[in-house]
Amino acid sequence: MGSNSSSMNNIPNAEQLVQETGFSAAHILRLYERFQFLDKDDTGQLRPEDFGAVRELAMNPIGDRIISAFFSPGQETLDFASFVRVLAHFRPADSNRTRDGAQPEPANSSMGKLKFAFQLYDQDRDGKISRAELLQVLRAMLGMQVTEEQLQSIAERAIQEADFDQDDAISFDEFRKSLEKVNIDHKMSIRFLS
Amino acid sequence: MLLMVSSSDTGHEPPEEDTSSSKSDTSSGTDSGHDTSGDSGQSGTDSGHDTSGDSGQSGTDSGHDTSGDSGQHGTDSGHDSGDGGHGGEPITTLPIVSWKWHHVSTPYLVALWILVSWLCKLIIEANHHVTSVIPESALLICFGFILGGMIWGADKVQTFTLTPTVFFFYLLPQVILDAGYSMPNKLFFSNMGAILVYAVIGTCWNAASLGLSLWGCHMGGAMGDLDIGLLQYLLFGSLIAAVDPVAVIAVFEQVHVNEVLFIMVFGESLLNDGVTVVRICYDAMPTAVCLMSQINAVEIIKGIISFFVVAFGGSLLGFVFGLLISLLTRCTKNIQIIEPGFVFVLGYLAYLTAEMLSLSAILSIVFCGMCCQKYINSNMDESSVTTFIGVFFLTWILNKFRLVPVEFIDQVIMSYGGLRGAVAYGLATMLDGNKIKEKNLMVCTTLIVVYFTVILQGITMKPLVTWLKVKRAAASELTLIEKVQNKVFDHMLVAIEDISGQIGHNYMRDKWNHFEEKWMSRILMKPSARKNRDYVFKVFHKLNLKDAMSYVAEGERRGSLEFVRNETAFVDFKKKFGDEFTEVMPDIMADTSEDHSGMSTMRGDPVPSVSLEMHEQNMNGVRETEDVNSHHLLQQHLYKGRKQHRHRYSRSHFDVNKDENEVQEIFQRTMRSRLESFKSAKMGVAPPKHITKHTKKDQLQKMPNGKSLDKSRSYHSGDEDFEFSEGDSASGFEASGGSFPMRVTYRAGAGIENPAFMPDLDPLAQVQIPPWLAEAELDSSMVAPSQRAQVRLPWTPSNLRRLAPLRISTHSTDSFMLADAPGAQQRDNERLPPPPPPPPPPHRDDDHM
Repeated sequence: MGSNSSSMNNIPNAEQLVQETGFSAAHILRLYERFQFLDKDDTGQLRPEDFGAVRELAMNPIGDRIISAFFSPGQETLDFASFVRVLAHFRPADSNRTRDGAQPEPANSSMGKLKFAFQLYDQDRDGKISRAELLQVLRAMLGMQVTEEQLQSIAERAIQEADFDQDDAISFDEFRKSLEKVNIDHKMSIRFLS
Repeated sequence: MLLMVSSSDTGHEPPEEDTSSSKSDTSSGTDSGHDTSGDSGQSGTDSGHDTSGDSGQSGTDSGHDTSGDSGQHGTDSGHDSGDGGHGGEPITTLPIVSWKWHHVSTPYLVALWILVSWLCKLIIEANHHVTSVIPESALLICFGFILGGMIWGADKVQTFTLTPTVFFFYLLPQVILDAGYSMPNKLFFSNMGAILVYAVIGTCWNAASLGLSLWGCHMGGAMGDLDIGLLQYLLFGSLIAAVDPVAVIAVFEQVHVNEVLFIMVFGESLLNDGVTVVRICYDAMPTAVCLMSQINAVEIIKGIISFFVVAFGGSLLGFVFGLLISLLTRCTKNIQIIEPGFVFVLGYLAYLTAEMLSLSAILSIVFCGMCCQKYINSNMDESSVTTFIGVFFLTWILNKFRLVPVEFIDQVIMSYGGLRGAVAYGLATMLDGNKIKEKNLMVCTTLIVVYFTVILQGITMKPLVTWLKVKRAAASELTLIEKVQNKVFDHMLVAIEDISGQIGHNYMRDKWNHFEEKWMSRILMKPSARKNRDYVFKVFHKLNLKDAMSYVAEGERRGSLEFVRNETAFVDFKKKFGDEFTEVMPDIMADTSEDHSGMSTMRGDPVPSVSLEMHEQNMNGVRETEDVNSHHLLQQHLYKGRKQHRHRYSRSHFDVNKDENEVQEIFQRTMRSRLESFKSAKMGVAPPKHITKHTKKDQLQKMPNGKSLDKSRSYHSGDEDFEFSEGDSASGFEASGGSFPMRVTYRAGAGIENPAFMPDLDPLAQVQIPPWLAEAELDSSMVAPSQRAQVRLPWTPSNLRRLAPLRISTHSTDSFMLADAPGAQQRDNERLPPPPPPPPPPHRDDDHM
């Protein structure tokens, strides 16, 4: 830690980020290195194209979804703080950290994770996954291996399964309920190296 | 003293009963009734019988048999007739029957033992209600206890003991091999860290603390006057601290705890390998005793190094053997009979080799099982796999537990289930009586611990699990959205790891899978197996079966035959014999549908029509079938995480380079769309817009690509792929039909068969229709079906309701024409013409977005 402190100083708001996201200083440092690596033109801001440098991401069927999830609507750049904040969703939930109520919903709670997942679908951010939105994700994931009708039927079924209030769309609540049995913590956590 | 008694008992019991029962088995090939009686412990009558039978047969019998028989005859006769001495008595007169018990004793005992345990298992299985309360392993032990007690009471001599050699060389390897083989690899490796901690540190701690505390008691004078030193105590501690894999499997399998818990305990038990620990202790002890005064750092380091060498050497050896097995099974295409043999023998060899090199034999066999599992599963026949599974019964022989300190819920269960079993017993008996004076005491203590706890803990295990609400393994089926979401999660994690530059679990797994995909499976698998090894195929297969089942069930429930409506043969049959055969038909249908395995189930399946019909009748039926369809559709086509693409079993002969194509496809797609969206983002278009755009773009883009054309053509090529995907798409129409009016016309496709199954409706309808109508119905079956359809439609309201979809279908003249054709031809027709082509994809896109 002591040795890190010098470079920690280079990171804007490092202390606050540690506080806010729950990453350790070492995590932040490492993420910052990564951030700088991605940030080719050293502006301190990431643009969507920068993510394109990650070649594996281009192979990912929902890669662009995930990239766009990093950017809040209307913004085209991403500073380090937001970068870390998004990644904080994927920190394993901590069982015993006593937050003093200041932040009611830490990003890495299962609720926060769910919200992130929900946003991947909900492109227009109206709080609902419409059929079309679901269809887009499905199409991305299934590709052209299935016919459009099959896609339609899958989307139809999926919506029917989750749609409790019959409005032909999945609200966040419904989304949460339908994934109740899934261990979100487990599924949406990665081990951040420090 | 009591302890001593019980110990000798148990030493006795299993082999003893074996002999009695199996004697009746082997010697008296003539009367099979003996088996059970011998089993249930009536050794007195048995032996009386047997001796006579024996002497009669002895001349003809093989040497093995007779000797074995007479050996046991000897023991039995102790109370029976008292004619024979105990084993090994020299025979001075004419050696017609020579006494070679020692010659065959070991393998004989093993065989008998297995036999008896199986028989016991049979009996226990028969009384099922008992096993719901008391675990089978506990029952088995009680059983053996009783039998052994009887024999001991009659015989007073411990003739047969479970020798460590027998146990470690014959029984243990099989059990462990099976365990390793059935080990869920992925779970195991993802929980590797925790397991290792538990296995190594936990066990060492347990051993040390137990040994030390016992020693402390001894020092405090609580143990009386015993000639036991600290080292012996430590030895005992390590002996009993190691969780017994065998026991774990047996009990946890029954309790159905959640998988993580299971794998933790299981993995720990396998890895910590009490055998090795004790061996090392044992070997090291003399040296340690000498060096007691001068233990230095070098020795300690040496010890640690030797531990690692032993452990990793064992694993490596197992791995090598596993590869060997996989290679061998690859070549046994024509002689499947010896496949399980290979697995057995090589696994066993791995065990012995490791033993020979004083590496960890258990580890070696575990890894051997683990790494060959994947390949063998796909290489071997189902039948040989099941043969192989037979090993598993061995598990039931051996069981015991012990209590360890208590922490959290899961950990409570873990420690509670930290089972100590036969391995500990075997180890205890293996100790050299000369070196450790109190060997008997140790054996007894082990056994007492075992007995006391196996019953108590075994019985309370289940209630405890329930009480503590340990997450049981949820066997519930995933909903569609969960399935999708799981995949999304996978992709998301990989993506995030990519972005954040982490090299984590997922990354490693990906890499490994990639490597495996590329090299291992290429080398180790039969090419054909490679194509369809993935679980998608299995899922598909299973779903097909389930499909058939559910149709049958559905049909049965409704008491009608509608679901076989396109089997015209059946229709005629039924028309002749009327209602009473309705019960029988489902079975027939089930048979046929299972006969055409896999694809043809789908093909012959009236999926579209059935679901169509049920759609009217009850929503649930439709839901089920659609569910099944869309589920496996999803299963099959979801992109796998990066580099995890597998051969699609059905498409593999369309384009061999499917995998690369898929990667390429996604890559291009995303690149293009991203460029697109970036461009538009710069121009200030709102995000949702360009998503739409991108999908449209997609649709267009794949056309020039030639890909989608390829795909759609594939539906018509009439091979297996076509078959089921047609079923899929047809049902797809169903699902979407309700909500997209424009697709109503497709019902024509689905409804082609409708006129044909009209006769089937009759038995149902007869309830409402007067007999004359039914008569007319029969008549009309002679008439051209299309007419009949027209005539019949308006008649009863109930029919109207049921046939609503039919009417829709009659809008299309095509279906009428087809209806005129004989049923068989109909089916052909249904199969051959492509499903009515959907409106061009770009169109639809526009419609919906």
